[in-house]
Amino acid sequence: MTMPLPEHVLPQTARPRPRLVVIGNGMAGMRTVEELLRLDGSLYDITVFGAEPHGNYNRILLSPVLAGEKTVDDIIINSREWYATHGITLHSGDPVVAIDRHRCRVRSASGREVAYDRLLLATGSRPFVIPVPGAQLPGVIAFRDLHDVQTMLAAARARDHGRAVVIGGGLLGLEAANGLKRQGMDVTVVHVMDSLMERQLDKPAAALLRQALERRGIRILLEAQTEAILGEDHVTGLQFANGERIAADLVVMAVGVRPNVELAKTAGLHCERAIVVDDTLQSLSDPRIYAVGECVQHRKATFGLVAPIWEQARVCATHLAGHGHRRYVQAATSTRLKVTGIDLFSAGDFVGGPDTEDLVFRDPRRGTYKRLVLRGNRIVGAVLYGDVGDGSWYFELMQQGTDISAIRNRLVFGRAFCEAAT
Amino acid sequence: MSEAGRPVKTTCPYCGTGCGVDVLVRGDATEVSGDATHPTNAGKLCVKGAALGETLVPEGRALHPMLREPAGGRELQRVSWDTALDVVAREFRRIIREDGPQAVAWYVSGQLLTEDYYVANKLVKGFVGSANIDTNSRLCMSSAVAGHKRAFGEDIVPVSYEDLEDADLVVLVGSNTAWCHPILYQRIVKAKAARPQMKVVVVDPRRTATTDAADLHLPVRAGTDVWLFNGLLSFLYQHGVVDTHFVDAHTRGFDRALAVADNTAGSVRAVARQCGVDESLIAEFYRLFARTAKTITAFSMGVNQSSAGTDKVNSIINCHLLTGRIGKPGAGPFSITGQPNAMGGREVGGLANMLAAHMDLENARHRQLVQTFWDSPCIAERPGLKAVELFEAIEAGRVKAVWIMATNPVVSLPDADQVKRALAKCEFVVVSDVMHKTDTTAYAHVLLPALAWGEKDGTVTNSERRISRQRAFLPAPGEARPDWWALAEIGRRWGFTDAFAYDGPGQIFDEHARLTTFGNADDEVPRYLNLSGLVGMSAGDYDALAPVRWPVSGQDGSDQRPDAVSADAFMPRVFSDGRFYTADRKARFVATPPRLPMHARDEDFPLALNTGRVRDHWHTMTRTGLSPRLAAHIDEPYVDLHPQDALLSGVREGGLARVSTRWGSLVARVRTSGELPRRTAFVPIHWNAQYASDARVGSLVNPVVDPVSGEPEFKHTPARVEDFAVLWHGFVLSRTPLPMDQVIWWTRVTGHRFLRYEFAGRERVGEWSAFARTALGVHATDADWIEYEDRTAGQYRAAWVVDDRIEACLFVSPRPDLPSRAWLSGLFAKERLEDLDRIGLLVGEPTDRGADAGPTVCSCFGIGRNCIVEAVRGGCHSAEALGRKLQCGTNCGSCIPELKALIATSLVPA
Repeated sequence: MTMPLPEHVLPQTARPRPRLVVIGNGMAGMRTVEELLRLDGSLYDITVFGAEPHGNYNRILLSPVLAGEKTVDDIIINSREWYATHGITLHSGDPVVAIDRHRCRVRSASGREVAYDRLLLATGSRPFVIPVPGAQLPGVIAFRDLHDVQTMLAAARARDHGRAVVIGGGLLGLEAANGLKRQGMDVTVVHVMDSLMERQLDKPAAALLRQALERRGIRILLEAQTEAILGEDHVTGLQFANGERIAADLVVMAVGVRPNVELAKTAGLHCERAIVVDDTLQSLSDPRIYAVGECVQHRKATFGLVAPIWEQARVCATHLAGHGHRRYVQAATSTRLKVTGIDLFSAGDFVGGPDTEDLVFRDPRRGTYKRLVLRGNRIVGAVLYGDVGDGSWYFELMQQGTDISAIRNRLVFGRAFCEAAT
Repeated sequence: MSEAGRPVKTTCPYCGTGCGVDVLVRGDATEVSGDATHPTNAGKLCVKGAALGETLVPEGRALHPMLREPAGGRELQRVSWDTALDVVAREFRRIIREDGPQAVAWYVSGQLLTEDYYVANKLVKGFVGSANIDTNSRLCMSSAVAGHKRAFGEDIVPVSYEDLEDADLVVLVGSNTAWCHPILYQRIVKAKAARPQMKVVVVDPRRTATTDAADLHLPVRAGTDVWLFNGLLSFLYQHGVVDTHFVDAHTRGFDRALAVADNTAGSVRAVARQCGVDESLIAEFYRLFARTAKTITAFSMGVNQSSAGTDKVNSIINCHLLTGRIGKPGAGPFSITGQPNAMGGREVGGLANMLAAHMDLENARHRQLVQTFWDSPCIAERPGLKAVELFEAIEAGRVKAVWIMATNPVVSLPDADQVKRALAKCEFVVVSDVMHKTDTTAYAHVLLPALAWGEKDGTVTNSERRISRQRAFLPAPGEARPDWWALAEIGRRWGFTDAFAYDGPGQIFDEHARLTTFGNADDEVPRYLNLSGLVGMSAGDYDALAPVRWPVSGQDGSDQRPDAVSADAFMPRVFSDGRFYTADRKARFVATPPRLPMHARDEDFPLALNTGRVRDHWHTMTRTGLSPRLAAHIDEPYVDLHPQDALLSGVREGGLARVSTRWGSLVARVRTSGELPRRTAFVPIHWNAQYASDARVGSLVNPVVDPVSGEPEFKHTPARVEDFAVLWHGFVLSRTPLPMDQVIWWTRVTGHRFLRYEFAGRERVGEWSAFARTALGVHATDADWIEYEDRTAGQYRAAWVVDDRIEACLFVSPRPDLPSRAWLSGLFAKERLEDLDRIGLLVGEPTDRGADAGPTVCSCFGIGRNCIVEAVRGGCHSAEALGRKLQCGTNCGSCIPELKALIATSLVPA
């Protein structure tokens, strides 16, 4: 992944090098920088602005940190030394607040102004906060960054069997709930829909998941519409639309994210749900400005998983490096629920649509559920629960666009059966 | 009852071969093996016989007399034997009193023992005074009976099984011997292997398992046999192959028969054209026949079941009379009967146009003799209604009460829907059966529980006139009683206490034996049927009676019983003295002007529908349907077609087709076996409403009968085949019986510890999961339920597991392309599913494909197709080699033709 890097400071050239400013010190932005450095470390003077006061860390691994399976150090990708080694100027804890596209400058919260020749927006997304009374109370947090994790760990340590409520029964909310439970808290998941992870799982699979979580002692409340978060100076509980209340020392909101596009909009860049980019990751409005990651919209799609973002970083870097031969093509993606002991794999378009076909296998007694989504006899999505052993094989078939018509009747039963047939 | 450790010797209840069976009862288990001392089979059994133990199950038995008041359509209610018999005696007597003896009838069966038959015939002809007693043997060999009587003056089969082995030419006409009489077939094959000069010719429109061993196969057009044998008669005469002395001294009617033959089939070319067979094949057959003195022409249903059946029989006999090839070792015409006791029934006169002991209804002298012997108040004076007429008369209201015994006419008669209509209208229907629920018992007002094989006791006679004992080795279940007893009880209730005071079958047999001797002398009423040697046996003698061919004459001055072997060895060969049983003791040539089947094919019904048996089933499956081993060979009702006719009919192999005639229709799976000629179709006779939704071929068969014998034309009904469009196909394997009320077509197959249902539907199903749960009766939401669904492709599969054991599974697909049932079936034998089984369950096969043996080919050893194909690829290139490696085909041998076909197809380079 990394190339041998020069130990010394790069020699100054006579003409000043073009300046690249990166807004966002997260995974997408820094991956792009890494890819760029790999192509040619001498092309740009690079300045990075980050809102968080750290180097760059792997956000995907926050769940294991919360669950106590990993430490913060384990998930740091780029330390401050790394920035220094590569001659990158890092302004952490100092978000950019304005872009002046006419003068090609950005201005940070602290008032720092930096000029750019190329600008890379990697502002990511921010958690959605449901607009109910009390949402801003202390003790109400999201599950987005290291700070949130630290808050949760602190709350868990504050008292034995502290009561945590996680609002949101999606992937992130369940990982948070699991982590908090592992930290000894008394955890309730509050979900507005009638089954967990409804976008990835159908009811039987969701029921399996629910049983597995309940066996771990996590309480699940479905069809629970939060009406208010209660408390004077700190959260004390939740009130639901039906009037019921539950007590809480900590409330974690995990009800989805919104692309972080206010800065781009203010700068007059074309945004729909996110910053609209073309196949080269250039913003539609300004060829000097690129964007990658969760703040990006490419052909109607926005992104939350890491694999497509890595690909965006790769493509974007080639264009920044002036090689300009790659095109970003959306590909299937896969993910796993990072809750130890619960095997859940999903990949690609697991929601499907009118032109897709489902292959479904259910064995509730063994806790197995599999759903493959096909379009034109090719796998475009997969959800596996319980038995995820063939996940990577399905993903491979999906990425390669393999025509599965010959093995369709066996596909769901796994690679062994399909290969036995041929 | 069997003594510990000693097998009971009895006789197989299936075909007319009449094999000896040893039965050893050990607790609940019954071991069945061939009787090594029986002259017919010498220890061998075919797969049906070998599987007899599997049919001895309590499921479905009729255990108690049941009664439905004639007026109401209420359910049958359990009653005592006394009540049931009182009602039967009362209703029959009332109807006889009001409408005369012609208004009541009996329809009995070649499944009855001779003793049952004897009492039935005596009761009806001597004490009701009508001859309205006919039998399902009418559907089977009545043309042979009529042919024998016309030619010989008496119903005498002049050939023994040993003659088959002794012959240099065996001509099998209209007989799939390999499947229908497997032990006889194996005897022929073995003899042929020992004496390669022995030739076998098969005359059959179909290429069957029997043609496999043939030196020559003549695929004649259905119904053209008379042309073939008239042509032979003419050819033999033209070439001087004539036993002039025999014809002159011992026959009459030759000139007229020859004239008809010459005029209708005077040249090989004319015969070839009429029969639709290549001229050279006909000529080869004729030359072979002409030059082989020791020739046997064995014939079966393909000859008998025809509107010209009796003429076919006589056209065959004519050729043997012309050449004097009768009454000599290894020569003669040989009717091979279908049922275990068709012959016994004939001997006691259990047909509407016979009297008793081979005497004639129409003959006043004979009538007087029988009436005297019986000391009966009356005697039937004219023939009664034959099977098809009988049910027509019931529908017309001329017959108001019928007693059906040991047969299932709603399935087996032609135009079988007419039988349904008739029984539905009939005032009083009595059914004696071993099964509670058959297509026929549905119409019973009184259902009488009968004894089954293994419970009943008496004698049967096989195709070569050999009388063998069927002995009981099981206790009677419930209140089941012998049929003779129920009949005698009616006689007693009518006041004829002395005439029906039987205490057991031995006493009845003795009376029958005495009647065969009564007035049986050259100067009185000479008959070949004579059991004088069996008269006066003690109960012990009767019990110990060894298989013996009749006639059995008493040895002078000695009361020693004949033992089977010595009696055979010293028995004078019938007709060897040139004396027949006509008034002038001469045989008759019968002129046989040929005629085509009654109904011709036409544009609307372009195919000739043929019917027949499959290897491992028997009649209407009330017995063989219970055996998993037998069900495995051919599991579904099917219609076989020439591939080109399938194409023209718009149906394809493996799909479903509706087969219709002017009389009815059914739905069956399409096969294109390659065995059928163009413009024909074949449907097996076995399936009925207990085993399939819509598969009674009887309802399609034209109710046309032979004018002499009254035997129906089962082998030729104009028919049409059309696609039976369904939206989906499926199957269920279940430990318990299921109601198939959600589907339009189904068939049921007995498995080992499960039942299998194949089905298809036309309704669009929205939620397969709900459909499957309803179909399998799974209502608990927390049931251990595994399912797979590919909704757009219409694939759905589910399995229900209870305590780690498979309870049921269901597979559905829009096409009949479902996975093999073989491996899934094996899971039902497991007390606990292993993880790998569970994973493979809905694939329908194990990850290790070698574990799937495939559909059964050899039923005796349960060897599957996949294993055989693998062995062939592994170097076994002959049936013998396969037998050495896998055992397949080494017992009854009836799968050997299939093994050969598999060798041929498996060796074709892919």
